[in-house]
Amino acid sequence: MSKKLRTRGHKVVLNRSTGGDIGITILLTIMGAFMFLPMVYVVIQSLKPLDELWMFPPRFYVIRPTLSNFSDLFALMNDSWVPFSRYIFNTVFITAAGTVGNLLFASMAAYALSKLKFPGRNFMFGMILTSLMFHSTVNQVAHFIILSSFHWVDTYLAIIMPALAGTLGLYLMKQFMENSVSDAVLESARLDGASEFRTFWVIAMPMVKPAWLTLIIETFKNLWNTGASIYIHSEQLKTFNYAIQQIVSGGVARAGAGAAATVVMMIVPIVIFVINQSKIIETMGTSGMKD
Amino acid sequence: MSEQTAVKRPVARKEMTKAQWTWKEMKRNKVAYAMLAPFMILFLIFTVFPVFLSMILSFTDFNLLEMPNWVGFDNYIHLFLDDDIFIIAVKNTLIFASVTGPASYLLSFLIAWFINELGPKIRSVVTLIFYAPSISGSVYTIWKTLFSSDAYGWVNGTLMELGIITSPILWFENADYVMPLCIAVALWVSLGTAFLAFIAGLQTVDKSLYEAAAVDGIKNRWQELWFITLPEMKPQLMFGAVLAITQSFGFGAVVTTLCGLPSVDYAAHTIMHHLDDYGGQRYEVGYASTIAVILFAIMLGSNFIVKKAISKVGQ
Repeated sequence: MSKKLRTRGHKVVLNRSTGGDIGITILLTIMGAFMFLPMVYVVIQSLKPLDELWMFPPRFYVIRPTLSNFSDLFALMNDSWVPFSRYIFNTVFITAAGTVGNLLFASMAAYALSKLKFPGRNFMFGMILTSLMFHSTVNQVAHFIILSSFHWVDTYLAIIMPALAGTLGLYLMKQFMENSVSDAVLESARLDGASEFRTFWVIAMPMVKPAWLTLIIETFKNLWNTGASIYIHSEQLKTFNYAIQQIVSGGVARAGAGAAATVVMMIVPIVIFVINQSKIIETMGTSGMKD
Repeated sequence: MSEQTAVKRPVARKEMTKAQWTWKEMKRNKVAYAMLAPFMILFLIFTVFPVFLSMILSFTDFNLLEMPNWVGFDNYIHLFLDDDIFIIAVKNTLIFASVTGPASYLLSFLIAWFINELGPKIRSVVTLIFYAPSISGSVYTIWKTLFSSDAYGWVNGTLMELGIITSPILWFENADYVMPLCIAVALWVSLGTAFLAFIAGLQTVDKSLYEAAAVDGIKNRWQELWFITLPEMKPQLMFGAVLAITQSFGFGAVVTTLCGLPSVDYAAHTIMHHLDDYGGQRYEVGYASTIAVILFAIMLGSNFIVKKAISKVGQ
C-alpha cells in the first residue's frame, strides 16, 4: 500500500485533507468567538471605570483598568440591609448540603440499580429515564403545594430536598458504574464477607471518582445559580445570586458593581470545572483502554 | 453474577407461583431496596407525585385559598378555545424548541467532533471556552448589556458609529427582535452536559476501528464520521438528544430575564411563561396545572418521536 500517512505530533492521522482542516479551523474560530467574546466582555466591563462604562462610542477594551468596581461591590455589600455574608452563607450551605446529599443518595441508588438484581429494578430505572425527558419547572406549582404541606416553604429544605433527588447525576453515575466497576471484584469482596453496603462504599465508590466529579458539577451549577425562588420569602434566607441580581438591576450608578458581581458569580463554577476537568480527562484516558 | 445467585437460591423457581417467587426475590434483596430508599422516596415525592397531582388539579378550579371544585374539562376547553395568549405561547414554544433543540444538538456534536483531534491541552482549553457559558448561571445578562437599548450598548454604539443606524434600537423591547435574540442567547448557554457527553463519547470510540476503516477504503473524515463514529456513538447521541429536547423547553428563565414577563406583544411568550404567569403570579393553580399537563405531554411526546428517529440511524 502506497497510501500517504500524515502525522500530527507522533500520531498517524488517517484520511485528513488540508482543505477540511482549514475549513474546520475557520468554523471553530467563528463559533469560539461567539462563545468567548461575551465572556471576555463581562470581565472587561468589570474593569472599566465609571466614565468608560458610559462612554460613546462604547469600546470592547478598557483604556484605564481599575479594580474600583470590586471595592464598590464590597462597599455595597456592607451597606445592605441583610449582611452580605448571610447571602453567601445561604448559597454555600444550600450548595454544599444539596451536592453532598445528592452524591450520597444518587450513588447508593446507582449502585443498587447497576449492580444488584431485584424485582422492580427496570421499572424504577424506567421512571428515572422518563424524568430526564421533561423539565422540572412543569412541577413547580405542585412543588409549592407539596412543600407547603410539609411546612418547608421559606426554609432551606425547600431548595435542598428536591435537589437531593436530582436524576441526571444518578443516571450518569449508574451508567458509569455499569461500565467501570467489574462484577468479579464486587463478588470477591462479598465472598470475603463484606456486607453489600461495605462493598459499595469501599470497593465501588473509589472506582467511580470521575462520575462523582460529573455529578458534583451538575448539582453544584444548579444550586449555586439558585436565584429568586418562589419558595423563599425571608430576606435572610435568600441566595447570593438573588442579591447579585438586585445589584445588577440597580441602574446606572451600580453598573460597575453589577459587572463585578457577575464576574464573582461566574468565577466559582468555572474554577471548579477547570480543576475537575483535568481529573476527568486523566481518568477517562485510562478507563478508555480497559475495553 | 447470575450463576452465583442461582446457586444461592435453594428452591427452584418452577416450584413457585410468580408472586411467591417475586416476594422471595424481594426479601433476598432487602439491602437493594434499602440503598434505593432515600433517593426513591424523595424522587417519588418531588418528581412522580407532582405529575399526578398536576393531572388531578387540572380538572379543578383550585386557587390555594378556597376548597377546589371539580370542573371537568373546563380548564382544557378554556385553554384551547378562549385563551388567545396560550395559542401564541404554543406557537412560540414550538418555534423556540424546534430551533434551539436541533441547533444546540448539532452544535454540541460538531464542536466536540472538531476538537476531538486536538492535543489534550488545547482540547481542554477549547472545551472550557465552549462549556463555560452554560455553567456560569446568570452571566447571560451580559447580552442585555451588549444589546442595551441606549447608545452605550456595544451593538447600538457600534452601529451608530458606523452610520448604519441613526438612533438606538430597543432590541429587547421590539417584537421583531426578541425571538431571534433569545434564541441566540439560549444557544449560547446550551453547550452543557450533552456537549461533554459527546466529547467523552468520541474519546472512547475504539481507535483501531479507524485504522481498519482506512485500510478498507474509507476516503475522508466525513465517511469515517458516517460509517464508524456515529454508529459507535449511538448511546451518547441518544442521551444528548434527550437532554437537548428537555433543555429546549426549559429556557423560560433566560427569556424572562432578558425580555421581562410578559415580553413585548407576547413575542417571546412560551408555554413555560404562561405557566409562570398563572401559577407563580396569579395563583390560579387549577388552570396552571392544565398548562403544566399540556407542556408535560408536549415534552414527552417530542422525546419519544426523536428517540424513535435516532434508533433508526444506521439500520
